[in-house]
Amino acid sequence: MKILVIEDDNQAAAYMVKGLKESGHVVDHAPDGKDGLFLAGSEHYDVLIVDRMLPGRDGLSLVELLRAAGNHTPVLFLSALGSVDDRVRGLRAGGDDYLTKPYAFAELLARVEVLGRRQTSSGPVTRLDVGDLEMDLLSRSVRRAGKPIDLLPREFRLLEYLMRHAGNVVTRTMLLESVWDYHFDPQTNVIDVHVARLRQKIDRDFPTPLIHTVRGAGYCLRA
Amino acid sequence: MPLVRLWRTTTLRLALLYLGLFLTSVAVILAVLYWSTQTFLSHQTRTTVEAEINGLEEQYRQRGLPGLVDVVASRSSVRHTSTIYLLTGPDYLPLAGNLSAWPTNAPAPGGWIDFDINDNRDNDRHPHHANATVFTLAGNFHLLVGRDLRELEQFQQRMIEAMAVSLVLTIGLGGLGGVLISRRMMQRIEVINRTTQRIRTGLLQERVPMSGSGDELDQLAGNLNTMLDQIEALMAGMRHVTESIAHDLRTPLTRLRSRLEITLLAEHDLTSYRQTLQDTIGEADRLLATFAALLSIAEAESGRLHNRFEPVALAGLAQDVVELYEPLAEEKGLSITLTTSGEPQVMGIGQLLSQALTNLLDNAIKYTPAGGHIDVEVVGPAIAAGENGHHGPFTGHNGGDHAGGMARLIVADSGPGIPEAWRDRVLQRFVRLEWSRSSPGNGLGLSLVDAVARLHGARLLLEDNNPGLRIALVFNENGPSSPAGIQAPAAPFAGAAAVEDMDPAG
Repeated sequence: MKILVIEDDNQAAAYMVKGLKESGHVVDHAPDGKDGLFLAGSEHYDVLIVDRMLPGRDGLSLVELLRAAGNHTPVLFLSALGSVDDRVRGLRAGGDDYLTKPYAFAELLARVEVLGRRQTSSGPVTRLDVGDLEMDLLSRSVRRAGKPIDLLPREFRLLEYLMRHAGNVVTRTMLLESVWDYHFDPQTNVIDVHVARLRQKIDRDFPTPLIHTVRGAGYCLRA
Repeated sequence: MPLVRLWRTTTLRLALLYLGLFLTSVAVILAVLYWSTQTFLSHQTRTTVEAEINGLEEQYRQRGLPGLVDVVASRSSVRHTSTIYLLTGPDYLPLAGNLSAWPTNAPAPGGWIDFDINDNRDNDRHPHHANATVFTLAGNFHLLVGRDLRELEQFQQRMIEAMAVSLVLTIGLGGLGGVLISRRMMQRIEVINRTTQRIRTGLLQERVPMSGSGDELDQLAGNLNTMLDQIEALMAGMRHVTESIAHDLRTPLTRLRSRLEITLLAEHDLTSYRQTLQDTIGEADRLLATFAALLSIAEAESGRLHNRFEPVALAGLAQDVVELYEPLAEEKGLSITLTTSGEPQVMGIGQLLSQALTNLLDNAIKYTPAGGHIDVEVVGPAIAAGENGHHGPFTGHNGGDHAGGMARLIVADSGPGIPEAWRDRVLQRFVRLEWSRSSPGNGLGLSLVDAVARLHGARLLLEDNNPGLRIALVFNENGPSSPAGIQAPAAPFAGAAAVEDMDPAG
């Protein structure tokens, strides 16, 4: 993936660029809003990582300008401002995701990869397939190797999210945000227990596991 | 004070405005008085002259010209009379009367004539005005009857003098009154100004004195004082947060640093370096979690969130959280039951309320031994108030606004509970009970619940569940009072304050 990092803290940017490159991405870095806007406007990127507070032009107005110019590259906002209000403002300005500093690099990477691979699918998806696991979104039924699997509503949504992002690492925070709509981290890792239960239903009776734990990051569903 | 600055003072401007209004009203009153007196007097003059003419006409008709000469002569001999008579022959030479010569002015169309008298009657040498009417009798005799206007003019003169004196007095009194009234007002404003200036120099405990009259200025002073109280509370909260961060983040940071330092000191193989790095990341994550919890508390306590309040259905919220925790509880050998009565709805922030309930359930699961039981209860307002249970429209979208009863959110466990003496202390940041030190957590869970409760105008009650702990969030039936969240957080050693007293309105 080709990623543009617009971040004024050079050291933080250097770590980020290094991490992203080691994960196999091509990364450009702009140290201020002006350069960032120029690069984002003149080259094609899969994802933009934009710091909200930038010299030259702040991140919010940068993204607003890009969107107004018809540029729909997915944007991940980075910000030291993490309140409910700031988050809403960021998403309203045209951001696709919002990560509060300080963040874990694994979290950043997972979110960037999900944003970059987000399909601009034509028409609504009614079926999801990963290996021999199939999900029918209309009848809300799940089968693996032809055998029906009974899921609770929340387990269904959890699996749906994993299947929609099959092959990508999905963090616990991402699951909490998308499946439970909670924008805070509970003190205990409740997600692990939910994933363990889902695993029981999806993987236990089959030779190849589909749900994989990625150490220090989260989970990944892949065949 | 330089003139420009004096002009800029509201005192002077108010005084001038007062004076101007006062002066204008007095001038208008005097003008009306003068005009009406004047009209009345000139009307009076004419009436007198006309009555005189009627009398003379009667004499003339009865006794002819000689009779008229007699009457005119006798009437004009009265001293100090202000009526003027003159009867002349065709040659305008006086036959009788008290006027020395026929006036030279031509009469006005109505037969009236205005002229000046120059004779020195009554030793008055000044010419004065007179007003008379003239007739021509048979034989071309001429008769003039009129009135000397000297007295009238003197009266007018007096009146104008009196009015001038009144106006001067008015200016004096009005100016004085204006200054007094505006000074009185501005002095009180000046007091407010001086107080705010002192506060600006850092004396935050200063307050504007109130007169107790309850008028607008008193209300202004009261509002300013309330605002200052809130600012002080906010600053106290900020100071407390800063101190907490300084105190409680330093310890783990020092630990983290020492670990790295010691690892560098000794010779190690790659695996142990990796292990140290992994551990360090884990420690950093815990630090970040603590930091995030502190920020959540600060956000709940900032009071900025009131404009984001929306109706939150407590039952659905509790169901989601219970569902999130059920597998974890089951894994620990605990059972959770959720009971709901009524359809309680409160005005608030769903995310924060969920987070608070999450913390309560987290604690309950953490401290309740296997085989135990956790009860989550959501109680609707109508039933809590012992009313006839009219839900539906009455528990509708107004959230906490409906009259009677309070919405409650209760988490009760069968764990060890909290000894009564400790119940106030556990709400403070970073306080952990002795037996809980071994389990993970940062000691901020209940502080956040407390902050969220206060933001929503709810009371946080810690009770005995016999055995176990029963924590209830009791929402105010009138919804959160607006500046709820900016109460000063419980001071670190305010152990004596009862938890029930944390009413935000108090």
